[in-house]
Amino acid sequence: MPVAKRIVPCLDIDKGRVVKGVKFVDIKDAGDPVEAARGYDAQGADELVILDITASHEGRDTLVQVIEAVATQIFIPLTVGGGVRKNADVRALLNAGADKVAMNTAAIERPEFITEAAQRFGSQCIVVAIDARRPKKKKKDDTPSDMQWEVFTHGGRKSTGIDAIKWAREVVMRGAGEILLTSMDRDGTKEGFDIDLTRAVADAVDVPVIASGGVGSLEDLYDGLTAARADAVLAASIFHFGEHTVGSAKEYLRGRGVHIRV
Amino acid sequence: MSCIGVIDYGMGNLHSLAKALARVAAEDRIDISYDPDKLARADRLVLPGVGGAKYCMEELRRLELDDFVREVAGTKPMLGVCLGMQIMLEHSDENGGADLLGLFEGDVVKFPDPAQHDADTPDDTRIKVPHMGWNQIHRTREHSLFDGVPEDAWFYFVHSYHAAPEHDKDILGVTEHGVDFASVLLKENTMAVQFHPEKSQGAGMKLLANFMHWDGQV
Repeated sequence: MPVAKRIVPCLDIDKGRVVKGVKFVDIKDAGDPVEAARGYDAQGADELVILDITASHEGRDTLVQVIEAVATQIFIPLTVGGGVRKNADVRALLNAGADKVAMNTAAIERPEFITEAAQRFGSQCIVVAIDARRPKKKKKDDTPSDMQWEVFTHGGRKSTGIDAIKWAREVVMRGAGEILLTSMDRDGTKEGFDIDLTRAVADAVDVPVIASGGVGSLEDLYDGLTAARADAVLAASIFHFGEHTVGSAKEYLRGRGVHIRV
Repeated sequence: MSCIGVIDYGMGNLHSLAKALARVAAEDRIDISYDPDKLARADRLVLPGVGGAKYCMEELRRLELDDFVREVAGTKPMLGVCLGMQIMLEHSDENGGADLLGLFEGDVVKFPDPAQHDADTPDDTRIKVPHMGWNQIHRTREHSLFDGVPEDAWFYFVHSYHAAPEHDKDILGVTEHGVDFASVLLKENTMAVQFHPEKSQGAGMKLLANFMHWDGQV
């Protein structure tokens, strides 16, 4: 059998504490990152993603300390993102114990950054996060957009005018080893992944795609890994608040024939 | 008390590896160093590495560690991890080609390009590169380095190139990802693994513990 599909819990971090953004606006405190990471490791998570949701605006020292503390406690891969703008940021996070570093806004503003980081640190540790949503309906007299999904930055607040599928192809050409794809339409809704978006990106690139945004049930995870063709699924709230464990999600997926590590 | 030398040439996540070694060998000393004299005094050595083969070799040469590794190979137990495994072969196709350490005969080659998705194929059969995630190892024979590691245990991989050794006798484990590739190599007292034991939870920690107690017998 080839490589297994992955279940990836995500911790959103603000000033060193875990939060869960609902559409990245309404956030509530959900605990200590080290405790949460240890819990997910024990549940059998395949990887852990830690995103610093305020790092674009604020200092980064707290995040490095959090990563150092988490990395001494878990022995599964750790991806860290939020406010990564230059190779020195990548190095600081890798040195703190991250295995992969995710970049988002900086990659849009300066696509050469992807190339520089991939050349210096290797594609295997460079993840490009893409936040995408369907363009808003235009007024009648407007020319209709030929874009199905547009890339947004700054936590989904800022439009870029960039086509998400084209951007996915470009980031891979520039050296990204993985794409973390979030549907901004679905994030926080619990209505399931945007299957069409995820499948379009997964089919457009040769690197693994992590689907994110909208998981409300175990069936959503199944759909993400099958119909949407994602290589990994990211989820926060269904695991955070004890609705499901990673272990029970894996039992469910294996029962439905998904190739998974248990 | 024995001493483990971790070869530090500025490539890779030495901290994760050192933390994992410290967990399985609490009574031993772990020296992370780029000083050949200091590393020469270690009882066993670990050669880590991530990134590109060419850059890795340049850094090893710059620090005069390439000759050190060649000289010390075979004299004490040594473990290559991920790119640290790949650079133990002779030549890599990566990034225009690079000459490597040559501890194992054979080359490092890229995975075949993923086939484009055919609308008729089942949803989850397309092979992606990098090979990233958890996979299993089919052992070609039993060995003390696998003591206590279940036959179907999972290990974490992340790589786009893989070892293609010249001699089957050097292969201790094979993994499938589109093609069958050598994921564990063993020759004299040098062991090399493509996966990251330090990121592979219980099975990886057990393998590291076995390496720490290995007498270097093939």
